[in-house]
Amino acid sequence: MSWLLSLPIAIPFATAILAFLLRDARAGRWISVAGSAVLLLAAVLLMRATWAEGVIAGQMGGWPAPYGITLVADLLSAVMVLITAIIALAVAVYALADIDARMEHLGYHALFNVLIAGVVGAFLTGDLFNLYVWFEVMLIASFGLLVLGGRPEQIDGGVKYVALNLVSTILFLTGIGLLYGMTGTLNMADLSSAVDGVDQGLLTVVAMLFMIAFGVKAALFPLFFWLPASYHTPAFAVSAVFAGLLTKVGVYALIRMFTLVFDHDTGFTHQILLWVAGLTMVTGVLGAAAQSDMRKILSFHIVSQIGYMILGLALLTPLALVGAVFYLVHHIVVKANLFLIAGVAQRLTGSTELSRMGGLYKSAPLLAVLFLIPAFSLAGFPPLSGFWAKFLLVKAALQAESWVIAAVALIVGLLTIYSMTKIWAAAFWAPHPDGIAPSLSRLAPRARAALLAPVAVLAAVTIAIGLAPEPFVQFAEAAAAQILDPSAYVTAVLGGRE
Amino acid sequence: METLMAMTIGALIGSAVYLMLAGNLMRFIFGLVLISNAANLTIFVAGRLTEGAPPLIPEGADTLAGTAANALPQALVLTAIVIGFGLFAFGIVLVFRAWTTLGTLEPDEMRLAEPPEARS
Repeated sequence: MSWLLSLPIAIPFATAILAFLLRDARAGRWISVAGSAVLLLAAVLLMRATWAEGVIAGQMGGWPAPYGITLVADLLSAVMVLITAIIALAVAVYALADIDARMEHLGYHALFNVLIAGVVGAFLTGDLFNLYVWFEVMLIASFGLLVLGGRPEQIDGGVKYVALNLVSTILFLTGIGLLYGMTGTLNMADLSSAVDGVDQGLLTVVAMLFMIAFGVKAALFPLFFWLPASYHTPAFAVSAVFAGLLTKVGVYALIRMFTLVFDHDTGFTHQILLWVAGLTMVTGVLGAAAQSDMRKILSFHIVSQIGYMILGLALLTPLALVGAVFYLVHHIVVKANLFLIAGVAQRLTGSTELSRMGGLYKSAPLLAVLFLIPAFSLAGFPPLSGFWAKFLLVKAALQAESWVIAAVALIVGLLTIYSMTKIWAAAFWAPHPDGIAPSLSRLAPRARAALLAPVAVLAAVTIAIGLAPEPFVQFAEAAAAQILDPSAYVTAVLGGRE
Repeated sequence: METLMAMTIGALIGSAVYLMLAGNLMRFIFGLVLISNAANLTIFVAGRLTEGAPPLIPEGADTLAGTAANALPQALVLTAIVIGFGLFAFGIVLVFRAWTTLGTLEPDEMRLAEPPEARS
């Protein structure tokens, strides 16, 4: 079974090497598309295996856990890998038209695939230090992608992104060192029971180090400033994959660590997470309301939406975790799609600054419909995917009698509609300030297909989740059950060992 | 020995935080180098410190006779140093590029990506 676990990591790496060698040939971009398609296939196989057999674990190099490096896939990991593969394929197709020959020469496709490998690796690893290594792989590739092209805004945004992420990395590393010193193991499944025997106060201190380190990655409330400073600067394909995947790796790591390892003092740690979740939602949505650039609005909305997922983790009830898992999947699809649409809108109108956009509804009604689907889903309109995600979380908050956070979640949903309406009114409804008609025929036919196909497919996924939420909720229930009761995870990794 | 190391780490972190908050990118990078060394030392100390005790199992025995430093954290530190080296190389080049493109090393003056609101 071990090959099922290593394939999703090996495929993007192999693709990256090939794409780098052929970066000046036209074949380079198609290798990226083909690699992502193969990755999607591998992710589907992994998903099927995890669904049929439960948690799958493999030991690299034949060293038994907890001594060797473990790769492990439960339902949460498998669905994250699957959704990563879907986004990777969508963005790889979009990049056919969005990425010019100069950026390809600088190695865009190679960096993109290394980034995907890092993301997938982080989802599949069962070893804390290995997780650190995958974070670094992801980070260095994202540094490169962010500043590729070298426009002054990119360098400016890049400096802030790099600086804050490096600090978080060092906190993560310190946390790992202290945790190893206390428990003598870095295997996450082994840590799950090993932390019971150590000083619980000290463990909480270490837990806070991890919370801050992952909080920076996930763009939580006081630590999110790098995100709106940088996400609107790179190429659209790059910002879409960042928006969809990078912060969610932080959320995944938080969910994993704060259910599997740091569940000793939930009254303290998860209470902090609850506050942070509320403040993240509110500051994100207010920040978005103050912006006037389409990509900046969307960037702030990433922050606000992260709050919902952390809310699910903070409540730590079965229903709340169902909501968190559902939200995670829905959000990745919707958010990546909105950034892709922003890219198309920029090509048609010439800007992402709302005052310089307009006329899209009249001249490009197809794009307008494609925008409405993820935008309404983000705001939580029924019957789109975001409605069910918010419904589950608000219901969980009410069940847990956390009235305030439920109210916050609902109000933030309303304010999200405000931002989406602002984009709609300025970019789609109002006429273009220069009087041009930004119709889709301004794009070359092949570019049109490459840009719109991924957008349409992701919008179809959003509608599918919205219209038939039942199987997705059932899946999220199974995933949440595995998260809440990690015994299957621990047994799969360590065997029957007590 | 642990006390001495703990004080060293504390001093390193203290100077690092000072440098990182100094409001200049070059100092920030230096601060980052110091704090990452502090993190590496923390892992190193977490693996126990022994003097002149190689972790070798004598012939005929199955386990170590005395206490020896754990070799695993040292391997982790090596990995972290290598990764850190790559990241800092990138960081320094980025700072240099910021200096040539933006003409400043003060983060407060870097407002291209987030232009200040026009005051009316």
